[in-house]
Amino acid sequence: MSDLTRAHIIKHRKIGNHLSTKLVTWFSYLTLGIGGLLILAPFVWMISTSLKQKSDVYIFPPEWIPSPIMWGNYAQALTTFPFPMYTLNSMIIVVFVLIGSLLSCSFASYGFARLNAPGRDLIFIILLATMMLPAAVTMVPLYLFFNKLNWIDTFLPLIVPAWFGNAFFIFLMRQFYMGVPRDLEDSAKIDGCNAYTTWLKIMVPLTKPVLATVAVFTFIGTWNDFMGPLIYLTNEDKRTIALGLSYFQGSARSAPELHLLMAATIYSIIPCVLLFFFAQKIFVKGIVFTGVKG
Amino acid sequence: MAVARGKKLSRTGKEALDGYIFMSPAILGLLLFILGPILASAYFSFTKYDILDSPEWIGLANYTKLFNDPFFWLSLKITLTYAVVSVPMGLTVSLLLAMLLNQNLKGIFFIRTIYYLPVVISGVAVSLLWKWVFNPDFGLLNWFLGWFSINGPNWLYSEEWALRAVILMSLWSIGGSMLIYLAGLQGIPTELYDAAEIDGANRWRKFVNVTIPMLSPVIFFNLVMGIIGSLQIFTEGYVMTSGGPNNSTLFSVLYLYRNAFDYLQMGYASAMAWVLFIIILTFSLIVFKSSPLWVFYEAQRGKTK
Repeated sequence: MSDLTRAHIIKHRKIGNHLSTKLVTWFSYLTLGIGGLLILAPFVWMISTSLKQKSDVYIFPPEWIPSPIMWGNYAQALTTFPFPMYTLNSMIIVVFVLIGSLLSCSFASYGFARLNAPGRDLIFIILLATMMLPAAVTMVPLYLFFNKLNWIDTFLPLIVPAWFGNAFFIFLMRQFYMGVPRDLEDSAKIDGCNAYTTWLKIMVPLTKPVLATVAVFTFIGTWNDFMGPLIYLTNEDKRTIALGLSYFQGSARSAPELHLLMAATIYSIIPCVLLFFFAQKIFVKGIVFTGVKG
Repeated sequence: MAVARGKKLSRTGKEALDGYIFMSPAILGLLLFILGPILASAYFSFTKYDILDSPEWIGLANYTKLFNDPFFWLSLKITLTYAVVSVPMGLTVSLLLAMLLNQNLKGIFFIRTIYYLPVVISGVAVSLLWKWVFNPDFGLLNWFLGWFSINGPNWLYSEEWALRAVILMSLWSIGGSMLIYLAGLQGIPTELYDAAEIDGANRWRKFVNVTIPMLSPVIFFNLVMGIIGSLQIFTEGYVMTSGGPNNSTLFSVLYLYRNAFDYLQMGYASAMAWVLFIIILTFSLIVFKSSPLWVFYEAQRGKTK
């Protein structure tokens, strides 16, 4: 093919492309718009149901805008079950898990990223391999272990493991540490810092972005955890918000009260939704990092 | 010189010691909460253990019992069906969405936010919400289907439809893999598309010959994560259907949970966990072993390892 015909073909294609680009744009908006509506509809439906009076919930076809709007449902949902207590329980667990997870992961990652020790890389690979391990395998023995320690029906089984690192977060932080220039540590060493003070004074402040990512993911994961609390917490006043919510639907007190159940569900998701909106950049960065570098 | 050498040695020794101290939380965590429990689980799987009495060695009895347990096979079938349908479906839909989002369109940030929103919500909340959406008489879904004159099924109350409902619901939360795809797409150099265009490639050829190979490591990642996650589905079955109706959503981990914590058959549950573990491992290994055939790594990507 001569250059001339080739240029001709490309030019020709460009004209055609212009039309098809417009078509593609419209098609994209249409598909994404419909998809977005399908995603949002259950949310709107949940809010709508949560504001209805009891007699209006079971009506077909459904009414989207409740009349009258029952703001009182939220107050009622909160008092039907001790949700403030559940929230407090979840908060306590989340705070201690956050502290433990950030400290232990940051600390351990520094070792994996910077300090030469025999067997380090092997340990790291084993650690990574455990990410593939189904939680179901360790569920029973861990329960028995915590049972032996008399930790059942306390928050300890949900908190203590977080103080011993997490393979995924350690991987994430290690990658981040490896990107930090060594000069900073070298000059810290000249200034008389040992490994521990270097970690604390140089690395921790430098790795704030990745710590924020870990914090956000840890918060959401812990807040939303269901299986852990279900297995380890038996007493009603120990329940977390996710666990409490699951009982809310099944209780005789409120089984048919869907408007209250929806109000309680909204109440339970608000912290994570708010966190997501405020920390969206951190979130997206973390996800991008996991998928592309991982 | 000898002094210098001794000093050097002690310095590396010191560094190693510091290294172990730094790694110690992770090493202890690995031993206490992962490797130890795995070994314990292997041991318990050969015992009869109801917590109250001490474990009693019964050899392979749990495994033979498992082999003859129709509910175990049923739960495996249900879990595998869920995985085999929901994972490819979710991966395909999220890839298509990511490609649509990977354009210079106005408001794309907003749309991306909407798609990701369901991912930050707890499984319990999602399950409760969708249980209401699936309500055969007053639910949103059958109302929507009514627009197209479709008489919706009984969804969660139907033996035939309950599993399909859970699979359908899983599509709602694909925002996570979609974002990962999106990041992968944004990492593909535009020169590759330009070159393909000069060679006369149309959109489809560009998709098949540029996008898919360049994205294959990300597809691989999403596939492995999807397999591991879907084979462990639990909350939906526990909260929405309690495994019903007539055990049609009795997922393996749910059945395992019941054996352990409702029937207190810790040994039997451990054996079940091991079989499940081996199945998940097999699937993951197949994907890993097949990866050289279809996963394309840029030479430069290997450098971080």
